[in-house]
Amino acid sequence: MKDAFGTPQSLLVLGGTSEIGLATARRLVARRTRTVWLAGRPSPGLEKAAAGLRDMGADVRTVAFDALDSESHEATLGKIFAEGDIDMVLLAFGILGDQARDEDEPLSAVRVAQTNYTGAVSAGLVCARSLQAQGHGSLVVLSSVAGERARRSNFIYGSSKAGLDAFAQGLGDALHGTGVHVMVVRPGFVRSKMTAGLEEAPMATTPEAVALAIETGLRRRSETVWVPGALRVVMSALRHVPRTVFRRLPV
Amino acid sequence: MPADSAPPADAATATTPESVSVSGWGRTAPSTARLIRPRSPEEAVAALQACGERGGIARGLGRAYGDAAQNAGGAVLDMTGMDRVHAIDADAGTVLCDAGVSLHRLMEVLLPLGWFVPVTPGTRYVTVGGAIGADIHGKNHHGSGSFARHVMAVELLTADGEVRAVERGTPLFDATAGGMGLTGVILAATLQLQPVETSLMTVDTERATDLDDLMARLTATDHRYRYSVAWIDLLARGASMGRSVLTRGDHAPLDALPARARRAPLTFRPGQLPPAPRFLPEGLLGPKSVGLFNELWYRKAPRLRVGELQKMSTFFHPLDGVPHWNRVYGRGGFVQYQFVVGYGQEESLRRIVRRISERGCPSFLAVLKRFGEGDPGWLSFPMPGWTLALDIPANLPGLGAFLDELDEEVAASDGRVYLAKDSRLRPEMLAAMYPRLDDFRALRADLDPRGLFRSDLSRRLAL
Repeated sequence: MKDAFGTPQSLLVLGGTSEIGLATARRLVARRTRTVWLAGRPSPGLEKAAAGLRDMGADVRTVAFDALDSESHEATLGKIFAEGDIDMVLLAFGILGDQARDEDEPLSAVRVAQTNYTGAVSAGLVCARSLQAQGHGSLVVLSSVAGERARRSNFIYGSSKAGLDAFAQGLGDALHGTGVHVMVVRPGFVRSKMTAGLEEAPMATTPEAVALAIETGLRRRSETVWVPGALRVVMSALRHVPRTVFRRLPV
Repeated sequence: MPADSAPPADAATATTPESVSVSGWGRTAPSTARLIRPRSPEEAVAALQACGERGGIARGLGRAYGDAAQNAGGAVLDMTGMDRVHAIDADAGTVLCDAGVSLHRLMEVLLPLGWFVPVTPGTRYVTVGGAIGADIHGKNHHGSGSFARHVMAVELLTADGEVRAVERGTPLFDATAGGMGLTGVILAATLQLQPVETSLMTVDTERATDLDDLMARLTATDHRYRYSVAWIDLLARGASMGRSVLTRGDHAPLDALPARARRAPLTFRPGQLPPAPRFLPEGLLGPKSVGLFNELWYRKAPRLRVGELQKMSTFFHPLDGVPHWNRVYGRGGFVQYQFVVGYGQEESLRRIVRRISERGCPSFLAVLKRFGEGDPGWLSFPMPGWTLALDIPANLPGLGAFLDELDEEVAASDGRVYLAKDSRLRPEMLAAMYPRLDDFRALRADLDPRGLFRSDLSRRLAL
């Protein structure tokens, strides 16, 4: 069960090697979380992540999960929930893609969309149903500031996050009053292996900062969390900039 | 009249549950459950069968601060539908009543007969079932013990569907008193009452300038009073750390009343203000506003006033005058932290009070009192020692970690925190605080092997 501050005792991370996912897991394990499921494609990285959390005293299990294989989600995730209550699901998988290549190779663009959006739709719905049956829990969805307004430089990734973001908001409304809390997290540019080598955007942040914002959001039962928080204001302004101007902005 | 007339209306009520969001009085961590409201023992048995695989838990008036009376995804048995007073023995001072009867109702019924409930907490709006399940205590604990001490027997509906008469002195009774509803559903109870001549209290009020002064006064003179409590200003720092207002008293004897009041000495008319508004902004109760309140509250109290006559509701239940007062903490809700440390651990109490005051926890409802002998309930909270209770807004950053540190201090001095108020204890701490936890778990495993009785509290702490 979650405690009065929204800190979960059991956590399921979808995208078990995600840096933000693991930073969040570390933060929560240091507080209340004792059971962690890391779901992801089997890899040494996944096992290493599990070992790291075990060293902190958590009971960690890994499970094979592929965002692209939507048909398997029901069975894979069902098995996890059958083992006991999950107080929090962190939907952390996603790929950035390579904008230039993806524009040339539509199929690789589709892969970005399928991972970030379609995969999240099936996994999110399966988890939502299980959370609803247990009458409590949080579904935390890692969206992105890129989904707020698509930019020339990464509109394929951005559009997939826009879809995910809209889906998660709608799901949150659908689950309102069921005891299940859906929280959409919109980080800005996060310094991580996903963005290694890219030119840093203004107001860049770190996985640890996102993890802290998630913990605070859980305590406040927030529906939307921006990281850093100032992005909320920046984006609400940028959203209304005319396109003729927006496409010339150096963002 | 048609031959096949409809079945009696009450036959269906226990089987048409409604899914609702349920939280404790502190309004943190709500979860959803099907609410079933039995109105008779038969309906309670039927409700138990309808609980489903996530089990059920009895709930009274929802005054437990944390998650003791909520059951995510399962059933919650609202016991307030079982609210009959069955028999009063006005000579011997006993009453047999349903578990869903509130202490408020008991006072209304019993006071005109010259009897009072043996133990009352800071609110009258708790049920008899809840009072036993949490083994509540009042301002008279140092002399009268906890609620269960005055319970002669309970009728308990156990997981096998049987209704058992559980007498005091049996293991099942001791597991049920303070057992947080996890041994079964309490359906009815027989209580031993307290005789009173009037419905007024004679109250002595005095101020203590700091924590040491307070502890010295309480230690030296508590035994002279039936009821005793100290409100403590936890925001006061430095030399005035722990400054407080002591209110202590007893039931007023008939001859203490002015002539006019003697004509109807047992009237019970608690007043009530309008309820707190439904929506209040967060952060209304910050260190500044609470600090100001505490300053005024302390200054307003007389240095010493003896023998003042007060209504029972003023003395025991000041907050009951404001319905839904828990809303003043806003949407984020609040956490109540109550712990006890044994006599001889005064240094530990001082350290904790100092840490709270140095951190500036905005708490305007902090009370300190002395407990007397404990009772045999396995998970019963009171034990001989000092108990401090405080309210803190749940959205205070870093509060979780801070209270975890206080837990360490409490456990290290062989103290414990109160489960009826808990909403955040680490499960690992429980065994150190409640030495009979294993007995409790063993009895539950035996009596309820499928784990039919379950609550969010029991899941969180693996009770």
